[in-house]
Amino acid sequence: MKPVYINSVGSVSAQKTYDNDDFLEEIMTYNDTILRVIDPDYKAHIPPAAARRMAKGIKMSTVSAKTALKEAGLENVDAIIVGTGLGCIGDSEKFVSAIIDNKEQFLTPTRFIQSSHNTVAGQIAISLGCNGYNYTYVHSAISFESCLVDALVQIRNEEANHILVGGVDEIVAHHVDTHRLINHIKSEPVSTEHLLQSNTAGCVMAEGAHFFVLSNQKKETTYAELTAVTTYNTLSRDKLTEKTIDFLSQNGETLENIDLIILGNNGDDGFDSYYGILSDGIFKNTPQAYYKHLSGEFDTASAFGFWLAAKILRGGTIPKAVQLNQIKAKKPMNILLYNQYRGENHSLVLLKRC
Amino acid sequence: MADLKLELKEKIIEQLNLEDMSVDEIGDQDPLFGEGLGLDSIDALELIVMLDKDYGIKLADPKEGRQIFESVETMANYIEQHQTS
Amino acid sequence: MGKGVAITGMGMISAIGKNVTENYRSLISEKMGISRISHIDTIHKNEIMVGEISATNAALEKQLGLPENSWSRTALIGAIAAKEAVTHASITEMNDCRTGLVSGTTVGGMDKSEQYFYQYFEDDSEWHHINGLHAGDSTQKIAHSLGLEESFSTTISTACSSAANAIMLGARMIRSGQLDRVIVGGTDSLSKFTINGFKTLMILSDTYNTPFDENRKGLNLGEAAAYLVLESDSLIEKEGKKVLGYVKGYGNANDAFHQTASSENGDGAVLAMKKALQVAGLTPEEIDYVNAHGTATPNNDLSEGRAMLRVFDGKVPEFSSTKAFTGHTLATAGAVEAVYSLLALQHNTIYPNLNFKTPMTEFDLMPQTKLKNKELRTVLSNSFGFGGNCTTLLFSKNA
Repeated sequence: MKPVYINSVGSVSAQKTYDNDDFLEEIMTYNDTILRVIDPDYKAHIPPAAARRMAKGIKMSTVSAKTALKEAGLENVDAIIVGTGLGCIGDSEKFVSAIIDNKEQFLTPTRFIQSSHNTVAGQIAISLGCNGYNYTYVHSAISFESCLVDALVQIRNEEANHILVGGVDEIVAHHVDTHRLINHIKSEPVSTEHLLQSNTAGCVMAEGAHFFVLSNQKKETTYAELTAVTTYNTLSRDKLTEKTIDFLSQNGETLENIDLIILGNNGDDGFDSYYGILSDGIFKNTPQAYYKHLSGEFDTASAFGFWLAAKILRGGTIPKAVQLNQIKAKKPMNILLYNQYRGENHSLVLLKRC
Repeated sequence: MADLKLELKEKIIEQLNLEDMSVDEIGDQDPLFGEGLGLDSIDALELIVMLDKDYGIKLADPKEGRQIFESVETMANYIEQHQTS
Repeated sequence: MGKGVAITGMGMISAIGKNVTENYRSLISEKMGISRISHIDTIHKNEIMVGEISATNAALEKQLGLPENSWSRTALIGAIAAKEAVTHASITEMNDCRTGLVSGTTVGGMDKSEQYFYQYFEDDSEWHHINGLHAGDSTQKIAHSLGLEESFSTTISTACSSAANAIMLGARMIRSGQLDRVIVGGTDSLSKFTINGFKTLMILSDTYNTPFDENRKGLNLGEAAAYLVLESDSLIEKEGKKVLGYVKGYGNANDAFHQTASSENGDGAVLAMKKALQVAGLTPEEIDYVNAHGTATPNNDLSEGRAMLRVFDGKVPEFSSTKAFTGHTLATAGAVEAVYSLLALQHNTIYPNLNFKTPMTEFDLMPQTKLKNKELRTVLSNSFGFGGNCTTLLFSKNA
């Protein structure tokens, strides 16, 4: 099978990740129930005429995508594939509230247009002049992984050489307030260091934009090889171990070959037990890492995990802030990522050093 | 008329998020679309709503906007001729 | 080039029928589904017409055996259409092979979100709809009602090409051996959100939509759900299944021109059609009928018409838009028209482009205005959406 390389990364998150030269050297700590991104200098990346209608999600994505394209040394790509749980939800909410508040009168089109889930992918295409394949996946916690599945098939089948994939979600008030009602968001603040010991329901909700260039050609900038991705709409706790072992063996890997497992724990005491099955089970003696205490939880938070894995594989070191257990890792060769959200939409992603 | 033009400039800047512009930078006869301010068809729709909401003027066909929104002056003239409220 | 991907089942619900059979009957008897809106209370009700599914939510819930007000309308009609497709494909055991679900939607559970937007803060009676705002939630519900487990189940939202893209992804997943079987299509219900959104764009007609007519005034919004079942050759062989037709080609391209409008000469549309022909290994002359996107907006029909003239080098085969029947069903349009394309192939029938009177001045293009019988081997179907998203699907009778 044709190898698929991760040739560049771009990140705007609740950490200072927008500069690719930096790798979690300074950790931003929080004590909250929601986190916002550390804003890069949007004006340096986006001309004012283009920025005037841009929702936050589009701005974050533009910076993140430009960073990834620049690092990969590409002006254009063959395909753009974006994952987002809710798209530019801020504009959707404003449009809905305007419909109600103004009784369907005097509404303007801009917010409606931005509400289209594919507005980020479409805007990137316009800014690059990219006539290629342009998809947007909107499936909760596997929105980003759906992009990876699609991109893998395209590169392996020689349908595309260079693909820009990304995940983006923005955080907005009504969404937070309603999800707090149903306990999907924590009611009490929790500190970054103690997220996993909160013993409370819900997550710390956040936002972010992560973009990557996947390519069939290895370059100097290559971070890692993406070898396999799979997703499950449902998966019971008692099937998780079996499915994980199957996934590894189908992709020619064994448990022993996994040098690091990156887990999506988000401190929700109702669902973190899924991760516990792997971390206390078959990966008990494997170095483990987690990241949602740094990134917060959102539909495409797993793209932060993917970014983390890529950075670790290229640099060879695992930042202390993400280590979940005390087992010392050698320079990792193979990293497995596992994520789920509220017991649904599970994903396994396998990356290899190259 | 001068007041109306100034008012329109302020509204255009606010409604269309032209944050980096000031009213002094928009001449009465400057073309709003294309090479002038660089507005596009979405802005035209925004301006149509502004006519309706603030001046009580309804346009049924977006094509009508092309001439009306040529410049701040053409807008002001049209509003003076058609304003009902 | 490549062999087509077999289609073994289809299901749909729209303004012109609650299942595939009813839809076909309406198409050949020229029965439009466009009317004044009845299920949504909007101040625009006297100035717009819509393609509304006649059944109430309560009736749909009863059909699915669900308690009242449990799901968004998008999920309800989606589950009904997907179940029909699965039954049609004679699938009894959903999880006996690598089965996937790829669904397109734009509004998801917006119909409920807009209804309870402020009420959520007053009482907890509708809190079960909060998570329904996630577009993927409708797909999860459909997967659940089909009994699909531990599977690749995802949602595509690329505006009005969403379901066409879902079909394309499904076909690619089967072709590349990632899945043995996949249910593909889309679902979108009417909502105040889309009615008001399209209203702000000033592209809603106040009367029956008239695709490709010189005096077209815009589109009628519609609602629908439609799904196909795609299966691998080895599965077809193993189970000796009847094949309804094939997804022979597909292409997605981006116009990269404007957030909502199509480029003047339909560059993205041309690329999508050319890619689809290339994947299918067919020449333009080998296309027997085009089911056009034809939304009846001034911009789309001009741009699409020019694109067809370019792809077919002036010799455009019989074409028609079925939007005059169903309205523009947004995300679902590509799946609705995929089902219609397959029915066209099965019955060797070209549907009339209703409400057409005057040819456009910009070019010499006449849609097929009368029902026509013609031996059909291939049908090309276009779906274009906001964000410059252009998708073409090619269906064929033979692999």
